[in-house]
Amino acid sequence: MLSTTFHTGAGYWNPLVWLGVFLLLLVLAYLFWFRGESGYRREGEQTKPFLSGNRAPARGEMHLRASHLYWGFTEAIRGYYERVVPAHTGVLNDYLLWFLGVMSFILVIMVVIR
Amino acid sequence: MSWELLRLHAPALLIAVPLVASFAMPILGRTKLSRGIIALGAMALTSCIAIFLSYTVYTSGVLLYVFGAESPALSIPPDSGGIPIRIIFTIDALSAFMTLIVAIVGFSVFLYSMSSDQRHTGLEGYYTLFLMMIAGILGMVNTGDLFNFFVFLEISSLAGAGLVAFRIEKGKAVEGALKFAVLSTMGALLLLFAVGIFYWQYDALNIAAIASRMQFSLLDQIALVMLVAALAMKCGSVPLHFWTPDAYSMAPSSVTAMLVVSSQASLYGLFRVIFTLYGIKLDWVTVGWIVIALGMLSMFVGVTMAIPQKDVKRLMAYHAISQTGYMLLGVGVGIAVLGDPASLQSYGMAAIDGGLFHIFNHAMYKGLLFLTAGAIIYVTGTRDMNAMGGLGHRMKYTMIFFMIGALAIAGIPPFNGFASKLVIYESVYRFSPVLAIIAMLVSILTLASFVKVFHSVFMGPELPEYDTGREVPLPMLLGMGLLAGIVIVIGIFPAPFIDHLVAPAAQALVNQAGYISAVAGGG
Repeated sequence: MLSTTFHTGAGYWNPLVWLGVFLLLLVLAYLFWFRGESGYRREGEQTKPFLSGNRAPARGEMHLRASHLYWGFTEAIRGYYERVVPAHTGVLNDYLLWFLGVMSFILVIMVVIR
Repeated sequence: MSWELLRLHAPALLIAVPLVASFAMPILGRTKLSRGIIALGAMALTSCIAIFLSYTVYTSGVLLYVFGAESPALSIPPDSGGIPIRIIFTIDALSAFMTLIVAIVGFSVFLYSMSSDQRHTGLEGYYTLFLMMIAGILGMVNTGDLFNFFVFLEISSLAGAGLVAFRIEKGKAVEGALKFAVLSTMGALLLLFAVGIFYWQYDALNIAAIASRMQFSLLDQIALVMLVAALAMKCGSVPLHFWTPDAYSMAPSSVTAMLVVSSQASLYGLFRVIFTLYGIKLDWVTVGWIVIALGMLSMFVGVTMAIPQKDVKRLMAYHAISQTGYMLLGVGVGIAVLGDPASLQSYGMAAIDGGLFHIFNHAMYKGLLFLTAGAIIYVTGTRDMNAMGGLGHRMKYTMIFFMIGALAIAGIPPFNGFASKLVIYESVYRFSPVLAIIAMLVSILTLASFVKVFHSVFMGPELPEYDTGREVPLPMLLGMGLLAGIVIVIGIFPAPFIDHLVAPAAQALVNQAGYISAVAGGG
């Protein structure tokens, strides 16, 4: 019998207990859903978005694209991105310079300063 | 008798089977059927040998294979002055652990590529290089000879560069391959220079022989710097990672999944050099903190660079860099307390366990994620996430596999990524709480990044341009399904996996004396 209790050194972790709780929550969610509105239909007017009487945009226009997500996050740390992104120049010479620079830095720490 | 022969020559067969298949491919692999039989058959056979070999090592201890000698007892010929002059494969639990990774991911990606790459021409060249890369990686993780390690590193790097350039893509893939090839060659030359330094000082190329004579002289320290820089660059550690997104994003997805394993073989090389070649003789605190610093930079820069990406494979490439940081962090903590037996026993070994466990887990879920990216590109024909949406309606299996991989990489229970990250968090916390907190923060950002991919690619209404799209062919689903199954099983049963596979590998890594005596004593 495979043991599912995993001792980490500072504590323990049992995925089966976690899965049990997860399944219990799924059952509870199902029960809530089961007691919901029985007249709901997947088709028809009630599933369409209501935009104050305006026509819904085309399917492609309704989708939130990748560029729309996390704009706030990148904007909040713009100073960081303004320094880090330009370092990725895509130029092979720069990559080689980084490599030699980092190796020199490690050499100074490991051999000279130590 | 045949089993005994197989057991005896399994290390040589492990390299010979993919190499012979690789050389046979241009001649015999002219039709789709023959190509499929040779490629998948060779990979399946290699995986079986790898699993058999790993089982033998885990049950019987270190395995020596001395090329050109009748038995492992002749590892040091009587007239060689005590120096092992032949090429020796020294396969301990760590090598067996890495071999298992290559076997599992290799078979999955070969299965996957039976469909994913069939629309292209030049496939006999593709599989020739692919099998050569497999042989190179297997050689890297099993050889006990430093010069031989350089040779296998070159084989895997050059084959990898050829594979990155396979689709050309208006020159972009060729450019990515050129960067990969030049930087890999630069790293390999430094490695060769370090090997020359050792040979000049100790008259030996064998890792165990050099380790037993190691003086940690100024030249040894310079060699260590070159080895650390070269192998850290090859495993994609920040700030030496620049080639990674360029090469990973342009390679066919099955190749990218294997490039991840190739990078991990370099990570193995880094750990092997630090623990086995230098061991306790090096300045473990300084080296440990350098590895930790590389790990922290990789984690943070990797994940923050991933978030604004719009190319699905470039985003995943940055996450591969970020996850490498966890491995460097875990093992780096182990290095930093290597000379302090109390701390090593208290949390250092657990940190090394966590780092090695994460190598295995990362190979599985990152391989899976790159294969799902390949499935998405196979259907949509683009890597641009801005052009995608609603694919979950028609690619339900791919979406489920993606969710499994994404939750695993973000460290969400009960998937395998959670188990290894938990060990890393707890052990690193006892070393430095700040490092552990940053590692957790990076996991949160990883989850955020994959929520973005999930929403922009799979959620939303079905887009008109993909109305005719459908799920990918069965071999691709099987390749992804195999890796997804392993992600789940290890997530639910981490304890036996750690006890029987990871902990012995970690013990083998820190047991320098055991490695040296195995070679000196002939296995």
